[in-house]
Amino acid sequence: MATQAADTPLEAENPDAVVVRFAGDSGDGMQLTGGQFTLSTALAGNDLATFPDFPAEIRAPQGTLFGVSAFQINFGSRQINTAGDAPDVLVAMNPAALKVNLAALKPGGLIIADTGEFTKRNLDKAKYENNPLEDGSLAKYDVLAFDISALTIEAVKPFGLGNKDALRSKNMWTLGLALWMFDRPREPLHEWLRAKFKTKPDIAGANIAALDAGHAYGETAELSGPLKQLHVAPVPSAPGLYRTITGAEAVSLGLVAGAQLAELPMFFGGYPITPASAILHHLARLKEFGVTTFQAEDEIAAVCAAIGASYAGQLGVTSSSGPGIALKTEAIGLGIMTELPLVIVNSQRGGPSTGLPTKTEQSDLYQAVYGRNGDAPMPVVAARSPSDAFECAIEACRIAVQYMTPVMLLTDGYIANAAEPWKVPDPASYETFPVQFLTEKNDGDRLLPYKRDAKGARPWIKPGTPGLLHRIGGIEKHELTGNIDYSPDNHQKMTDARKAKVERIAVPDQDVALGESTGKLAVVGWGSTYGPIHQAVGRARRKGLDVSHIHVRHIWPLPANLGALLKGFDKVLVPEMNTGQFKTVLRDQFLVDAEPLTKTSGQPFQIAELEEAIGRYFDGIPGNEGGEVPANEQQLPISESGHDDGTYPDAPFHGDDAALPGEGSDTGAVNQ
Amino acid sequence: MNAPVKIETTLKDWETDQEVRWCPGCGDYAILKAVQRTLPQLGADPANTVFISGIGCSSRFPYYMETYGFHTIHGRAPAIATGVKLANPDLDIWLVTGDGDGLSIGGNHLMHVLRRNVNMQIMLFNNEIYGLTKGQYSPTSREGTKSPSTPLGSYDHPARPAAFALGSGARFVGRGFDVSKNLPEVLKAAHAHQGAAFIEIFQNCIVYNKDVFNDFAAPKGAEDRQLWLENGEPMLFAGGAKGIALDRDRLELKVVDVAGGDWQAADVLVHDVTNRSIAHMLVEMPFGPFPMALGVLYDDPRPTFETAVIEERAKASEGKTADLAKLLGKGQTWTVSGTAADPV
Repeated sequence: MATQAADTPLEAENPDAVVVRFAGDSGDGMQLTGGQFTLSTALAGNDLATFPDFPAEIRAPQGTLFGVSAFQINFGSRQINTAGDAPDVLVAMNPAALKVNLAALKPGGLIIADTGEFTKRNLDKAKYENNPLEDGSLAKYDVLAFDISALTIEAVKPFGLGNKDALRSKNMWTLGLALWMFDRPREPLHEWLRAKFKTKPDIAGANIAALDAGHAYGETAELSGPLKQLHVAPVPSAPGLYRTITGAEAVSLGLVAGAQLAELPMFFGGYPITPASAILHHLARLKEFGVTTFQAEDEIAAVCAAIGASYAGQLGVTSSSGPGIALKTEAIGLGIMTELPLVIVNSQRGGPSTGLPTKTEQSDLYQAVYGRNGDAPMPVVAARSPSDAFECAIEACRIAVQYMTPVMLLTDGYIANAAEPWKVPDPASYETFPVQFLTEKNDGDRLLPYKRDAKGARPWIKPGTPGLLHRIGGIEKHELTGNIDYSPDNHQKMTDARKAKVERIAVPDQDVALGESTGKLAVVGWGSTYGPIHQAVGRARRKGLDVSHIHVRHIWPLPANLGALLKGFDKVLVPEMNTGQFKTVLRDQFLVDAEPLTKTSGQPFQIAELEEAIGRYFDGIPGNEGGEVPANEQQLPISESGHDDGTYPDAPFHGDDAALPGEGSDTGAVNQ
Repeated sequence: MNAPVKIETTLKDWETDQEVRWCPGCGDYAILKAVQRTLPQLGADPANTVFISGIGCSSRFPYYMETYGFHTIHGRAPAIATGVKLANPDLDIWLVTGDGDGLSIGGNHLMHVLRRNVNMQIMLFNNEIYGLTKGQYSPTSREGTKSPSTPLGSYDHPARPAAFALGSGARFVGRGFDVSKNLPEVLKAAHAHQGAAFIEIFQNCIVYNKDVFNDFAAPKGAEDRQLWLENGEPMLFAGGAKGIALDRDRLELKVVDVAGGDWQAADVLVHDVTNRSIAHMLVEMPFGPFPMALGVLYDDPRPTFETAVIEERAKASEGKTADLAKLLGKGQTWTVSGTAADPV
């Protein structure tokens, strides 16, 4: 919103972008509300990015601070790359939701609060001594407080529901109001509710009534002051068919596409873990695409079954998050040693150990690149956005089958859950890479299972093929026959061959995402930091700063030109949601003075944080010489405006591997 | 699945050119020969046969079989074999594991492959000791086993592989020992069984646990100490002088004397391989007061995992085409023409 003169776009009648955060109790259905609002936003032709932020607890005690679930959406009439730094509108369904999310709200922002939930009991649970709606503490915001609970009960009265059931429609009432606020049609929601509650027409009717009542409230209540209708114009975008897509969906579809391009059936071995389970769920419904999904007894069995399937001639895929990847590590080594294709998807989350199951982080980069016993090189590809995950999944499949190697695809909790509009690609526009299995002896009358092709890849031989009987295993093997061979020369050769094969993988040259290919400062990112970096670099460039954005997809092997590209800049800044892992890799590989900018709060970078960090290279230096002010040595401090990362410091993270919260099961609703 | 075509082979056809590296005198040699002798009798096709193993002495087995072979990682062979079978159900899979590989580090996977009933033969070589890591006690070692890691004797209660298998839901449980001439018959029955067939094979580790099974496996007095079970036949041993009967008050087995061959009078049980209750008693039958139960203890097939997976996939795919373009554009979509957005 840097281009906006006003403090908040709400003051403009036709703002170019607005950030709305829906916050409530885990049981209030905020993810569903957000998902449906996202869909209506997409249908309105706005560009958008979302950030679902929910607790690890399935149903935390009602009204508590750690039970707060939020869904943020940034939408606009221009390109949107992030879910937005600070919300312009905060919908707070109870005191806890207000308390946890208030600090993020933009000064002058609008709070919509349900007074029906601001009871003494709920205020106590949220640790408010006084009712913030009444004590003047919200003076710097616009507050619109009314009894949504009572209005909902009134609206659904004709359906004869008890109060408890009636209140379940509160989120639809709120959604109705939001639809009015941004001038969105209700019909798609009506249709969706009728389909969702096909067998329970009363519930469908109640929800529709609540939605309509919320909409009507905005229309007719004649509220003076903060509530007014805003028009966010459609973003000009390339003609074509669009849909919204989350990272988990994109990975699933990309894997299916990758298997088709390889002309192979796919075998997916998984074990439930947040935030990776969604991939298992999506693929389990795609059996007609030759997909076999297998929920294994543990992470180890999941990857082992995938290796077994690859050995037998299918495309073996497994997916997990950091702790599960740790368990799979030995088996990944077996895949590297036996040289079998395997795709491993790591939806990273906060670590170490169980860490922050539902929060995002990029701290598994070392694990991906280095985290195995022995010299065990493995290609690593990182997706930068939900839609990019589709392309990256195809790329991972291609590398795996062409080079006979396990490949790790890195996404993270943010990418997995976030949604964005996606221009539906034409599968025919992708180049196929059909697999050729070995069907006859490859060395005269001998079979040499480890004889390599020009790329350094060994042949793929399906058991069951007559005449090609052979044995493979995790023990060091002869460089050609694959028989056990511990001899010193052979191990040296095989170690070298495995390394060379991965290093020689054809990786496209690195491009510059924004800016010139030489200059004062390169901001180098990977993964889900793409959005905030891109926006921050764009803003800095509009201020005239000589800064470029480089975003790396191929983490291992790195693009061949990357070293030279980085050396064309005076300074290299590497923002990461970890303590500086990619920075270390870049320093090691290219001897460049890459400087870290780190954040490990479980929340994505904000544009402002990055803008500030970029500014430090140029601020106060006549002629913008750049680089004389060192980048931050430590993590960024919380900015003065109080826009912290949105987490609540006292909120404990209970529980183990929480799945999506109860309401979260509806997060996929945007594509129903 | 296609019906397997019977292939004519000899024992030699199943031997690889690899030098066998077990200790001279190891029971594994006898098991290897028994398997190589059995496969031709089954009409098995080497190209369609896969031996999959974990880690340990027993797990070197695939290198010595002229078939497809995968020597995997410690304890995980059942999981890898499950993936192989799901990817190609036509393959004939033999899993080779040991008491350490299968019941210690891999106990979890063994439980689940049995529970799921993935069609394969699972040979667990039980020598009651860790061999390849040089003699530590194993989960099947008897209490008081002195080993490098338990110099004063072990104190954990041993696992009973056959009882573990049955308890995990196995639909076939067999038992034999390395040098037994009956081992091929047990292997054949396991192979004929559609589903996960579990065979516990007592195996003599002549270096670290020499002759630990001699109390029942030694040829001398074997008749008195071995109960070879045959479906439909009375449970007799000691040359027919003794039998196994049911103590109906205590609901447990008992040894009875059989006078003049009249086993009916002695109420000796007739072995029914489909009787799961009696199978539970047989796998728990303590050696000493009782003979060692050998042969096919239990055999009652039910549909296999891979069949269910394939059928489900076929059913779920019925009437659907794998149209990727359609899949990608699924759900609520909108079309942009020029700059206006029109919901479709």
